Order: sequence, then C-alpha cells, then structure tokens
Amino acid sequence: MISVQHVKKIFPAKSEEVVAVKDVNLEIKEGEIFGIIGYSGAGKSTLIRMFNGLEMPTEGSIYIEGKDITRMKESKLRLARQEIGMIFQHFHLLWSRTVYGNIAFPLEIAGIPKKERDERVRELIQLVGLEGKENAYPSELSGGQKQRVGIARALANKPKVLLSDEATSALDPDTTDAILDLLVDINKKLGLTIILITHEMHVIKKICHRVAVMEKGKIVETGPVLEVFKHPEQPVTKRFVGQVTDAEDMKETVGRLLEKYQSGKIVKLTFVGEVAEEPIISTLIQKQLIVVNILHGNISHTRHGAYGTLFIHMDGKEEEVRNAIQFLLSRQIGVEVIEHV
Amino acid sequence: MFEQLFPNVDWEKAWEKTVETLYMTGISLIWIFFIGVLLGLLLFLTSKDNLWENMIIHGFVASIVNIFRSIPFVILIVLLLPFTKIIVGTIIGKEAAIPALIIGSAPFYARMVEIGLREIDKGVIEAAQAMGAKTSTIIFKVLLPESMPAIVSGITVTAIALVGYTAIAGVIGAGGLGDYAYLDGFSRNNNDVTLFATLVILLIVFIIQFTGDYITKKIDKR
Repeated sequence: MISVQHVKKIFPAKSEEVVAVKDVNLEIKEGEIFGIIGYSGAGKSTLIRMFNGLEMPTEGSIYIEGKDITRMKESKLRLARQEIGMIFQHFHLLWSRTVYGNIAFPLEIAGIPKKERDERVRELIQLVGLEGKENAYPSELSGGQKQRVGIARALANKPKVLLSDEATSALDPDTTDAILDLLVDINKKLGLTIILITHEMHVIKKICHRVAVMEKGKIVETGPVLEVFKHPEQPVTKRFVGQVTDAEDMKETVGRLLEKYQSGKIVKLTFVGEVAEEPIISTLIQKQLIVVNILHGNISHTRHGAYGTLFIHMDGKEEEVRNAIQFLLSRQIGVEVIEHV
Repeated sequence: MFEQLFPNVDWEKAWEKTVETLYMTGISLIWIFFIGVLLGLLLFLTSKDNLWENMIIHGFVASIVNIFRSIPFVILIVLLLPFTKIIVGTIIGKEAAIPALIIGSAPFYARMVEIGLREIDKGVIEAAQAMGAKTSTIIFKVLLPESMPAIVSGITVTAIALVGYTAIAGVIGAGGLGDYAYLDGFSRNNNDVTLFATLVILLIVFIIQFTGDYITKKIDKR
C-alpha cells in the first residue's frame, strides 16, 4: 500500500549540509500499524513529514496506493493530502474554534456541504468519545481531550492513512494508554493504516504490528514487534527493548548482588509467547537441587503475544547449576549469564 | 456649571470640531485597517520559511514600512502636500488630513499585524497544509482568525495614536479639536477652550481603549 524507495533528504545549511534521512526503503501493508522508533535527531520526524509532502525528499519516491506523492503537482498534492490524516505531538488545534469547528475545518477545506458536514462531525465526536464537548474551546480541554479532537479532525475526510507524529509524547502515561487504545480501535473499525513515530518503546509494544528502528537517518532494523523484542540485533534496538523490559535501577541491583553472592550465577531469562505464561521456575526447582532467588521480573504484552524477562540468582553445586541452565535452554528460554554489570 | 467653568467655549463650534475629529479618525481608521492587514499579511507571508517566502518583496515592503514609520508626522503632512492636492483637490480642511493620516499610521499598524501573525504556532499552519488547505484558505480561516486579538488590540492602539495625529493635523489647518484648541484656545489666550478640547480628546481615547479591550477580551479564547 505504501512504498518508500531510496528516500534521501538533505537540508542545505550554510556551513555543512545536513543529511537527515539517507536511503530509506520501507513497505507498509494496508491496515497495518507501523511504528518507527528512534532517538531525537534520528530523522524520523523528517521521514514521516515526507509521507504527506510537508517535506519533499531530495532523492527517491514515496508511493501511496501506487501514486508517487513526491512528484505531484501542487493541486493534486492538496487532494492527496485530504486522504492522509495527520496528528501531532502538540495537537496544533485552532484555538479560535470550538471542538466542533476544529473537526469541521478539514471538511470545509474539502468543500463538503454544510448539512453533510454537520452529520460527519457528530459521528466523529462520538467515535473519539467527546460527546458534550462540542462547544468547548481547546483551552478548556485536557491534553488527552485535545488529542482526541486532533484524531477526529485527522479522520474527518475518511483517510486511508493516518500519520502520527509523536502523538502521545506530550501526554501522561494513563492518557497515553487511552489514546493508544483509541488508535487500535480506529485501526480495527476503519481498517486504517497507521504510521507512527515515537521514541517510546512502550508505544511500539502496545499497538504496533511491525517496527522500524531508525538511527542517524537510516533504518537499522525492521520486523514484527515480537521478533524485534526477541532478537534485537543493533545496540540501539537493544536499548529500546531495555526501555520496557529492564527496570531503571536494575544495573545497580545486579551489581550489588554480584558482590553479595560470590557463589552461584545471576542469570537473565527471556520468555517469548506461550512459555512466558508457564510455571518454569517451580519445575526448575523441583528438578534440580539448587536454590533460586528471584531478583526482578517483567512481562510485556505486544500485539502478537507476551514477552517476559526474569533475573534470578541460582546457587548450588556447579554441576547442578549447569544442568539447570541446560533445562531452561531446552524449554526455549533465552538464558544470559551475567558476570559483570 | 459648564458655562462657568468654560466661559469661552462655543458649544456649537465645539460639537462641530468634535465631529470633525471623529470623522478624520474614523475614515482613516477604516483605510488603515485594510491597508495595514494587507501589508501585515504580505510582510508575514513573504518572510523567511513562510508560504510565499520572497526576500526581495519582503525587503521592499519592509523598507517602505520602516521609512514611513520613521518620518515625524508633522513633516510627513508637509511632505505630502503636493500629493494631497492631487488626490483631494485641496490642502485645507478635514478631507485634506486623511491621506497623511493613513500613510502615517498604516505602516505602524502593518507591523503590529505582522507581529500578531508571527505569534501563531507554525504547527497550526502546517496542520492546515497537511489537511490540503489552499493558501487563501489558510489566510482567511487560520491566519486572520488566529491573530484576531492582536489585530483588534493593534487597531485600538493605532486609533488612539490617530486621535493624537488629527490634533497635530488640526494645528496646520485640518480642523477638528486640535485646531480648536490651538486657534480658539492658545492663540486667543482662552485656556478654558484648550482645556475643554483636551478633555474631549481624553474622553474619545478612553472610549476607544475601553471598547478595544472589551472586544479583544471577548474574542480571545486562548
């Protein structure tokens, strides 16, 4: 449905030109929620802005439903943009218009007659759960409500694609989850393709089908979310996966435990899919003559199953410990012995 | 009581002069509003990283605005006399003051409109572009409504300055309260007339300020 081919973007600057995006290739399927994650400055913002021509690539093409968005005439591009919704980190609502007026704005642009517009706005207000707020001004709304207006506005002209530019980054965790649920809901109900960029792995984990990791203007890793969680290859990907699986004070704790427990081994276990829900540890203790001390655990639910990590300390005879590791490996569990922080 | 406080004020004449001041202020203000908004938009749109980015047009408009904003008003009137003569047909009276009032104040107002437009979040303009809006739609449905409080408070400040300018124009033959205060008051040593004219001007300024503030507050939903 969407095909990005050899896209490159160079910003000319006085001293030295800035290469924001270099040779990006992507294929995004219809009805998919596709996440692009990267730290700030990775070029993800520039990339998403090229999907609707807010930024034009220096080289390469972007096809949306077979049409090359980068080679369109101004008037054609305007029509194409009506079929691509976009939501923003800071909402970008018109403060001079009410909720109703903001949602009606894209319909006015598309030249929809008043009566139809009225109906459509009412539908959208219901869809995003803002009944009763029609006549409120943006300044009277909370962040989450503002983003709901943004979403309703983006969906007004029944787009096939929704671009989300860090749409939850300015919201608190609870509101973030509510907005993400709304996006999943819309994706299912309307069959909408969603492309989102974020710097939070939590967002990817919660709603995306596939993810691309971006670093220094390049896509360094891409694949289904659970796969990327299981086998992160690049260091940057590992850091992002760590965002959701490792507690912040983990390193410190492990360091202290390594000092404290001179014997035995500290092991990081990773479970994927169904094994994450099996009683592995109790089986382990029954089978091997070792002492197990659970240090830290975490289960993340992605859209294609669970992904868990568990830090344990195993103590006992060296041979027993080795057998225990063999047993865990035989159960398709990732085992990583931690010897230093 | 008024008769005792202001023995030399001719009430009929005072009223006539007040109407002249209001006339000059009112007519010029309408022109200033349209010219100022137009120039303000042009300054904004042609500036860097904007919809019609064009440094040549921007530089040209900006220098004209700056030049006319810098010429002291008394000098501007004199400089414009030949121009006024062609346009209005006379250089005396309330009509003759209007070209100078417009040319003297519109650039000042244009700058205020430009500042108001600059305060609009760039992202909002971008959001409208992402929805497929034409530039004309962006001007009339985004730029002007979103900067309306600045446009209104700007015209309030301009209107007040304009009342002052009409008084200056009055002294060199345009009529109005300035003329009244100078000729009937100062020149004939009737201090009460000068004082009275001042009070009326103050009253006009207060009414403009109050109305402007009220409307600004009413339309500002930020």
